Amino acid sequence: MTKVYKSIAVGVEEEKRIITIYYKPYIRYEFSAGQALSRYLQELKNGRIIGRKCNKCNRILVPPRLYCEQCFRMTDEWVYVRDEGIVNTAVVSYITQDARKAERPEVVGVIELIDAPGQGIFHRINVDPKEVVEKTVFGKRVRAVWKKSEERVGDVNDILYFELVKS
Amino acid sequence: MKTNINIKNRVAIVGAGMTLFRRRLKETPQELAFEASRVALDSAGLDVKDVEAVVIGSAPDAFDGFHMKGEHLSDGSMGYMKPVKRVFVGGATGVFTAIAGWWHIASGLYDIVLAVAEEKMSNARPHPQGLFKYIWDPIVERPLNPNLIWIFAMEMHRYMYKYNIKKEDIALVSVKNKRNALDHPAAQAAANISVDDVLKSEVLVWPVQRLDISPVSEGAAAVVLVSERVARKITDSPVWIEGVGWNLDSTHWTSRELAYPKYLEEAGNMAYRMAGIENPRKQLDFAEVYDPFDYKELHHMEGLQIANKGEAPKLTKEGVTQRDGDLPICPSGGLLGVGNPIAAAGMMKVCELFWQHRYEAGKRQVRIKRGYGLAQAWGDLMQVSTVVITKT
Repeated sequence: MTKVYKSIAVGVEEEKRIITIYYKPYIRYEFSAGQALSRYLQELKNGRIIGRKCNKCNRILVPPRLYCEQCFRMTDEWVYVRDEGIVNTAVVSYITQDARKAERPEVVGVIELIDAPGQGIFHRINVDPKEVVEKTVFGKRVRAVWKKSEERVGDVNDILYFELVKS
Repeated sequence: MKTNINIKNRVAIVGAGMTLFRRRLKETPQELAFEASRVALDSAGLDVKDVEAVVIGSAPDAFDGFHMKGEHLSDGSMGYMKPVKRVFVGGATGVFTAIAGWWHIASGLYDIVLAVAEEKMSNARPHPQGLFKYIWDPIVERPLNPNLIWIFAMEMHRYMYKYNIKKEDIALVSVKNKRNALDHPAAQAAANISVDDVLKSEVLVWPVQRLDISPVSEGAAAVVLVSERVARKITDSPVWIEGVGWNLDSTHWTSRELAYPKYLEEAGNMAYRMAGIENPRKQLDFAEVYDPFDYKELHHMEGLQIANKGEAPKLTKEGVTQRDGDLPICPSGGLLGVGNPIAAAGMMKVCELFWQHRYEAGKRQVRIKRGYGLAQAWGDLMQVSTVVITKT
């Protein structure tokens, strides 16, 4: 016989009487971006995308990495890549980070960069959700839309979103 | 052909137990671990003094709400004054806990080991989803305010696009597993639903809808593992662990082909080689494939080479994966039906192997014709898979 211990679930009425302990840790994180990502962020501030090339496997890694995880050696050189790519996947989100209903739907996805095959950037894509649902956005060419130079701070949000390239 | 690997002890599962899976349970994490461990120990007919070492599996500390979760759980996990270790590989933890228990014995170090997995997710309010923020890269991903469901949706949609798979074919998995779970005494989300119900449920992150997803759960599950020497003494029906495998891809998920889990193929091959399985589709009797989302069952069937790439929906449609089909998938009801207390859910699948092989699964029973069963789990940043293969 399947042996199951009959644990006790909390009822709906009981749930209302649960005492909540509210505690907000007073802590901030100041992450090290590392050598490769620091340069990446600086270049985003300049309105450019930069990667690191591994001369052994010839991949251009974006976002850049100090080492190639496959060849397990230091990457060799900095390479600028165009802020253009192909939509690899895209979704429409109707919820916020903590699973509440979002005010408006947001399209996000992975953009495979033209100049760095196999390497993708995760970002917002400014298209009609219908194009996502009908999967017509897949394989389409998109380009980054940047914040104004004086507003850029060296953060992934210096790119506002990617949008379709008019052909 | 079996690989000639240097294993000192063949390992058998001789006991299994679990708690109910529910949204919010009155028990503490330790109490849940205690209950599952106690039931497993009793089903093995062993005493607490017989157990030499303990392996604990539990997912992120943030769910239960305190750090050093393994240490905290050890008392309730039969770990008092014993060698205890907690393992953690995200969602793949449950099956990995059994693997770690296996190597404790296969290495020749111990003869009797308890492997227990526990999860308590509803402690975190308003929703444990908020905690998944901390699995994303802090520099290039978190500033975009990602939700965990995003990443599943991106993978699901890529899979649908690449192999031209329809939502209604994916929904069949949710229908099957929730129905299978009606016969599981611990099930949280068992239901008789239709494909239409899935397609009409609330859209969370297209293409993921409410009924494509397993619920937020709590619970614990445990197995007792012993060496062949002990197994021959205490039971007539040991369930042998014939193969184990695990594999990890990079966290740089944006530079991965999301439509196919290559790391799972590697993990599967490792386990198949050990078990001497050359054709999983023909040699397995059933498989407890990891199904936190309905498309994941299909994705994983392909990674495990049970189906060709893009063809798992076809097998599902043809009824091959039903409990009375040629290769039942998730006869337990899976995470979609029984529930998804992360680490405990993977261990529930290992318990199901035990009950199925011993013909103790009641109405869930599948026919054991060829002798092999498989349990698999998956996790971290969509990058790891763990596999256990059992034999009657």
